[in-house]
Amino acid sequence: MQLKIQILALAITAITATNIKAQVKDSTDLMSMLEKETSGDNRDSTIYTRATFKTTRLINGHTVENLGKGVLDVKISHRFGTLNKGGYELFGLDNATMRLGFDYGITNNFMVGIGRSTFQKTYDAFFKIKLLRQSTGKVNMPITLSYVPTIALKTLRRSDPSQKNPFSSKLFYSHQLIIGRKFSAGTSLQLMPTYIHRNLAELTTDPNDILAIGIGGRQKLSKRVSINVEYYYQLPGHKQDTSTNSLSIGFDIETGGHVFQLHFTNSMGMSERTFIGETTGKWGKGDTLFGFNISRVFNVGKKR
Amino acid sequence: MKKLLLYSLMIIALPNLAVAQKYFTKNGTISFFSKTPLENISADNNQTVSVLNTQNGEFNFSLLVRNFHFKKALMEEHFNENYMESDKLPKAAFKGNIADPAKVNFTQDGTYNITVTGDLTIHGVTHKISAPGTITVKGGVIAANSKFIVKPEDYNISIPKIVRENIAETIEVTVSCSYQNKM
Repeated sequence: MQLKIQILALAITAITATNIKAQVKDSTDLMSMLEKETSGDNRDSTIYTRATFKTTRLINGHTVENLGKGVLDVKISHRFGTLNKGGYELFGLDNATMRLGFDYGITNNFMVGIGRSTFQKTYDAFFKIKLLRQSTGKVNMPITLSYVPTIALKTLRRSDPSQKNPFSSKLFYSHQLIIGRKFSAGTSLQLMPTYIHRNLAELTTDPNDILAIGIGGRQKLSKRVSINVEYYYQLPGHKQDTSTNSLSIGFDIETGGHVFQLHFTNSMGMSERTFIGETTGKWGKGDTLFGFNISRVFNVGKKR
Repeated sequence: MKKLLLYSLMIIALPNLAVAQKYFTKNGTISFFSKTPLENISADNNQTVSVLNTQNGEFNFSLLVRNFHFKKALMEEHFNENYMESDKLPKAAFKGNIADPAKVNFTQDGTYNITVTGDLTIHGVTHKISAPGTITVKGGVIAANSKFIVKPEDYNISIPKIVRENIAETIEVTVSCSYQNKM
């Protein structure tokens, strides 16, 4: 009998002990658990940085941004004539080159795009893949790294029809790495080392390969407006003698599904080869032009 | 002597066995729904942390704003960037009580209508709210459900004119949590 009571008592003691332990844990851990589960510096999960830029283009070139899966982005871009044409041509507005493009997000980290530009009647295509994603938490990654190769086909007929013009001579390639970082909610910067290959350069003295390094960034002025700058520096010895470096300054205005990009640039072309390697405008001489990009997104794929 | 010690331990044990039960979940669901003639917008957060004290009716919720997921990627981005500013204000929380916890028998299966009142903090702004809901007890599992209305304006969430027609002035919030864990 006594043994039984002792066993019973022991059992109860055991239950009590765990109960007390649970209680102590309870009172101290309850709120801290709530806090930990929802604290920003939770080490158990990776928080990916989002919205480094408003859209997938900075001004002429790409940003580190990708479209979400199943998102179609219709891009309409215009570049007008140069400002120094004066009032007769309404500061360039009488002339416009335009590019119509369709971009599509196959996954959240992989997108493809095609476009047709009236500038030299050029078709272009690209894909963009995110190799690294800026994040904090479990995985701490300071930068986003993207790779964007493009191919362009110039279909403008040559001025001298007697010249040989094989298909391969109309093709242009570019390879670009984009290293981007969102420094704060409003400030993002990126570097864009770029290699361009032209199967046929305009002059025999022009190089077929162009090397350039781009730098660009944005500063938000409000939640929906940012100021953007984009500059491509062509490395000496790897550029066309007559070309200048592309410099563009613009604004992003986001209104829900649209992003309007208004800018001034010295580049007429809208594909990598033309604006990085074949810009001829000089900012100092008013040889710059007004342009805009309009981006409209549609969700065409199934939900994620 | 030994017996006395054991009985005294038993006495300590007894109130402990009867003491407060706290139930919690780490994957409760909170959703919201905005309905306008132009567009319906909805998002779910399936990582809501909630603790329910069945003894005194204390009822807390906490969630990370960035864990709300939308059908459209861009909506999710705008929600975080433009409206909720989740970088600066990552959390939303509710701390409150069941108005009359004695009405609910947490040990007996059934559905009980409750009213919960407390402080709701969204976008860094706290308001006292009161919401109707139900507690369902089934086989030792407690489930809580509620629907209530939140006005973004009250929580200092500004909606620009250009999308005014797309976002409702009152947002319906749905709570659905199941408490399987005891602590």
